[in-house]
Amino acid sequence: MAELSNQLMAAAVLLYLAAMICYAGEYAFGKRSRVGRAAVRPAKQLVGAGAPVDPVPDDVEPPVTAKRDRGELVGKIAVGLNVVAVLLHLGGLVTRGVAADRMPWGNMYEYILATTFIASAVWIGIVLARPAVRHLGLFAALALVVMLGAASMIAYTPVGPLVPALHSYWFIIHVSTIIIGSGIFLIGAVPAAMFLIRNGYDEGKRRFPYTLGKHVPNAVSLERLTFRLHAFAFPLFTFGALIAGPIWAEASWGRYWGWDPKEVWAFISWIVYAGYLHARATPSVKRTVATWIALLGFLTMLMNLFGVNLFFEGLHSYANAG
Amino acid sequence: MTVIEERQAPASSPPPRRPNRAWALLRNSWRQLTSMRTALVLLFLLAIAAIPGSVFPQRSVNAERVTQYYQAHPDLAPWLERLGGFSVYASPWFASIYLLLFTSLIGCVVPRLLDHVRALRQAPPDAPKRLDRLPQSAPQWSRSGAPAEVARSVAEGLRRRRFRTKLRQRDDGSWTVSAEKGYLKETGNLLFHTALLAVLIGVGFGHWYGWHANRILIGGNEMGFCNTLTQYDDSTLGPRVHPADLPVFCLRLSDFDASFQETGQPKSFSATVQVSQDNSPYETRKFTVNDPLRLDEANVYLLGHGYAPVLKYTDRFGVSQTKIVPFLPMDAMQTSEGVAQFPDVNIDPKTDKRDPTLQVGFEGMYLPTAPTDGTARSIFPAENNPMLYLSAYRGDLGLDVGTPGSVYSLNQGQIASGDLKKVSDARPYALKLGGTWTLDDGSKLEFVGTRPFATLSIRHDPTQALALAGAVAGLLGLMLSLAGHRRRVWFTVQENADLAGSPGSSGGTLVTAGGLPRTDYPGFSDEFKALVKAAEEGTP
Ligand code: HEM
Repeated sequence: MAELSNQLMAAAVLLYLAAMICYAGEYAFGKRSRVGRAAVRPAKQLVGAGAPVDPVPDDVEPPVTAKRDRGELVGKIAVGLNVVAVLLHLGGLVTRGVAADRMPWGNMYEYILATTFIASAVWIGIVLARPAVRHLGLFAALALVVMLGAASMIAYTPVGPLVPALHSYWFIIHVSTIIIGSGIFLIGAVPAAMFLIRNGYDEGKRRFPYTLGKHVPNAVSLERLTFRLHAFAFPLFTFGALIAGPIWAEASWGRYWGWDPKEVWAFISWIVYAGYLHARATPSVKRTVATWIALLGFLTMLMNLFGVNLFFEGLHSYANAG
Repeated sequence: MTVIEERQAPASSPPPRRPNRAWALLRNSWRQLTSMRTALVLLFLLAIAAIPGSVFPQRSVNAERVTQYYQAHPDLAPWLERLGGFSVYASPWFASIYLLLFTSLIGCVVPRLLDHVRALRQAPPDAPKRLDRLPQSAPQWSRSGAPAEVARSVAEGLRRRRFRTKLRQRDDGSWTVSAEKGYLKETGNLLFHTALLAVLIGVGFGHWYGWHANRILIGGNEMGFCNTLTQYDDSTLGPRVHPADLPVFCLRLSDFDASFQETGQPKSFSATVQVSQDNSPYETRKFTVNDPLRLDEANVYLLGHGYAPVLKYTDRFGVSQTKIVPFLPMDAMQTSEGVAQFPDVNIDPKTDKRDPTLQVGFEGMYLPTAPTDGTARSIFPAENNPMLYLSAYRGDLGLDVGTPGSVYSLNQGQIASGDLKKVSDARPYALKLGGTWTLDDGSKLEFVGTRPFATLSIRHDPTQALALAGAVAGLLGLMLSLAGHRRRVWFTVQENADLAGSPGSSGGTLVTAGGLPRTDYPGFSDEFKALVKAAEEGTP
């Protein structure tokens, strides 16, 4: 089973790569597609910070051209590959759980596997509901491949049982909600970054990386997608890290909060994401500034995952890499 | 989100007198402090201020590592100490940030709370003059029926969609329907921020009125203890807790179960204890790692376990003494370190005088499963091949001096000064279970057996339930706040003047509509269209 899990994961990564290449193909062809059109959309919508704005009609079909058709086809293939990759990813996760006879999130490697799965599944959900965001696919797939690559390179751990401290139903509740929250934060960082790039492009910046903004969906919808994902993930993360975590810590270690390095960084992430929601709700703070805060939040999540696990010593026993 | 900016400035005219400078400054500072920008800045400061606590060892988390840090960085450590680097979360600068933040929070929440209560009690405001200037509007349409009737049916439809609705008649006989929805968003937001205060109070009071202590409890009835400070290896009482306030209970460890994987990874631990609370008879209770022993006003947590060798020393006069000494585990396989000290031995029965140079101490390691090759590392955490590796010392143990030393190592000062001499070989002596070691002076040490011990943390936090309730309420408020959308719609209904005079008409009615989302709400245009459609057709 453990072997099967590894093979499934390897296949999933390959398919993510293939999907990424196809997304890139569409991205390149897509100059005249709906994405391109979005670029010339009047900037009027940008002033609507907080004010009522009609949803951008992403899905209006532009006149068909051969080139666009090809781009569209490649894009659809990309989504198809992506869907298969997610299924393999899920398979890899499930077989790992079966092999270990427990939930597959008992160490850093499994944690990343599960988080990227959530990110990937949410991404597929978004793309199927709103095909126009497909042009983010290149960047979404890139983020997933990088995370999975990091997981297998620095965190791979053979299947093993849990230490007694993890034998608790809070292990399921606490870790799963944090994984779901983090997965959504992870995928939310993609439109956040692309919004900043796109916004820079719209403002006339033509240097790298702003040039990447040429073919992505328009800034307003990127920003809104960013907010939606973060607003959804934040309560989940709050529950997992600041309620379920302390409840379990109380039962297990005798105190609900003790400033263990993992707790410190969860606190920091929470504060930063709360700062993002605040900033976005404050009309005098620019949307770009708010979005930078969201990205900063994601960096603190990465710090907690990699930095704290690898460099700090703490009580979280599943924090051990390999 | 525009809620705050929308709050009207007090309409009062400027005071006639020249405003007091100090007062103005104070008022401006307060206004600054309670602004969202300040809240943002303070949030960031708090996040940044939390970082050093994860970089430097914290005394409250692990005092041992602070000591190690002092040894590793003798120059830097005292400076860090002065800056509060080893107790970041109790430092004045950390406290000042969160206290400012919470002051700002109160200053922000209270006026909003009052506004919100007012808004909840008021009817939605009357329609603006020109609905077509609103973000959402519908072109005028006509409907059959008298204006009053139409207005009422529109209002009814809105009410059914859980809008708070107000019907007004204007002087010219036309009607307006004002409706608002989404009050829960603001309610949730206020609940969330108020709940944060509850959490802070819960945490703060827990710190003042709580206490905790640690103790190693060795198996066996005679090794039990009762809850008094002197019985603890270390303890911390909150500033408002007096030692006499501690609840009365006694604990004895009757059994400790540990099971392991083949790899030596632990599978499960559980401790069986005898408990007596308030001097009642002992009863048997069992607890494990994730399931503490909950007593009245105290919880007992199982943090770890180990072995305490039972050592019988028979001195040169043939008098024996038995000690049960916990050896502290140093690795996952329970290779453990410890000492056994016998200060009251080798007392000559003739003179009955204690010779301080004839005290005896043993220092070394205990291996629950010693490898066959003689390496001094345990290879399994359960006791498959117990072995003690000990060195013997004789002389003045230095226990009487009164300086509290570690009970897990001999007094190094005495060894350095030569008052305590090693009397065994350079290599520690290997003592099997049941084995006896005869020292150079004819005295003997017998390894009688071992007892399990449990490392316990005993804690009481009277307000942790408040902190939890605050956190849960906060989450609820947060979800309401993030999911809600505050919006207003208006309908104006007037008589169709063109039709009014024409024969055979019952008097038609003209309706217009407008909508204003008060927070970012992409779905509003769809909702507005649906509302207009319902009003057009007269179906609620
Ligand atoms: C303890 C620190 C604080 C934290 C962790 C925090 C967190 C949050 C979060 C997560 C939100 C977004 C969710 C929501 O809309 O309810 C929010 C909204 C808000 N916060 Fe705070 N907050 C804090 C302090 C403050 C302070 C000091 C103020 C006042 C200056 C404030 C005023 C607001 C306002 C007005 C909103 C609503 C924005 C809107 O209308 O959508 N908060 N806060």
